[in-house]
Amino acid sequence: MSELSLEQLVARAHQQNDYDPLISLIPYAKLLGIECLRLGDDMVFRLPANHDCIGNPVLPALHGGVIAGFMEHAAMLHLLMFMGIPHLPKIIDFSIDYLRAGHYRDTYAQCQVWRQGRRVANVAITAWQTRQTEPIATARTHFKVDEP
Amino acid sequence: MSEQSIEERAQRFLAVLRHCQVLGMSVESADSKGLTLRLPYAPHIVGSPDTGVIHGGAITTLMDTTCGISTVCVLPEFEICPTLDLRIDYMHPALPGKDVFGFAECYRVTPNIIFTRGYAYQDDPEQPIAHVVGAFMRMGKAVQGGAELKRNIRQGGGA
Repeated sequence: MSELSLEQLVARAHQQNDYDPLISLIPYAKLLGIECLRLGDDMVFRLPANHDCIGNPVLPALHGGVIAGFMEHAAMLHLLMFMGIPHLPKIIDFSIDYLRAGHYRDTYAQCQVWRQGRRVANVAITAWQTRQTEPIATARTHFKVDEP
Repeated sequence: MSEQSIEERAQRFLAVLRHCQVLGMSVESADSKGLTLRLPYAPHIVGSPDTGVIHGGAITTLMDTTCGISTVCVLPEFEICPTLDLRIDYMHPALPGKDVFGFAECYRVTPNIIFTRGYAYQDDPEQPIAHVVGAFMRMGKAVQGGAELKRNIRQGGGA
């Protein structure tokens, strides 16, 4: 996968409003079953309910690591799609607060880039299931965005 | 509580976590000082197809699980302890093709909160690929619906 083809993939995904080819590039995103939904100029990411993602068998609830991995990947895709970065950003750190149990149902995430410098980007991610104003988790992460 | 029973309880705990079974995680060692889990390298957890490097999300799952189960190293009885927060700092990327180990210990236990810390490594624990801290909530011993799970983890069977 050359950088050019990644840029082309992003452009084509926007054009055709089909983000599956972009998701399919990353095996881990396919494993979780991540999807992108374009809403005007905004992007909402979806993690469909999946038995394989359960961590707490009692509730049952999604594994906290799955919620975190979904949010981390949403942030990376968001940077790729909107911030004109021609290669996969590299993670520096990731911090998550779990606010409510992630039940066995679809989960959504939306990202906010608070700052993109030449070398580093700061992204905040919110994940919810019922309504966006009742998040199940919030996270923030730094990515290295300059040449790999 | 014997060291062996800590390792057995850690194994039973891990066995009921469906997503950890999907990732093929296993208990490497466990005693009163801490817990080490293994995450085997596999093509389906790759995050960078060019290099074959494991996705950060799989490392987060490994470390959330390791920190969470490390509570059995300090608690005399099984308690459900949901994650309050978790922070991961990446020292350098994981090498492709190699398993990742996660170590965690509980460094402060209060009646309500357990503070854990740990690191992820491949060949050398002195050269970690990531450092982690996480806080866990103690829900008490009598959480609704937790009785059966607790029995399974204490005695084995069922799960």
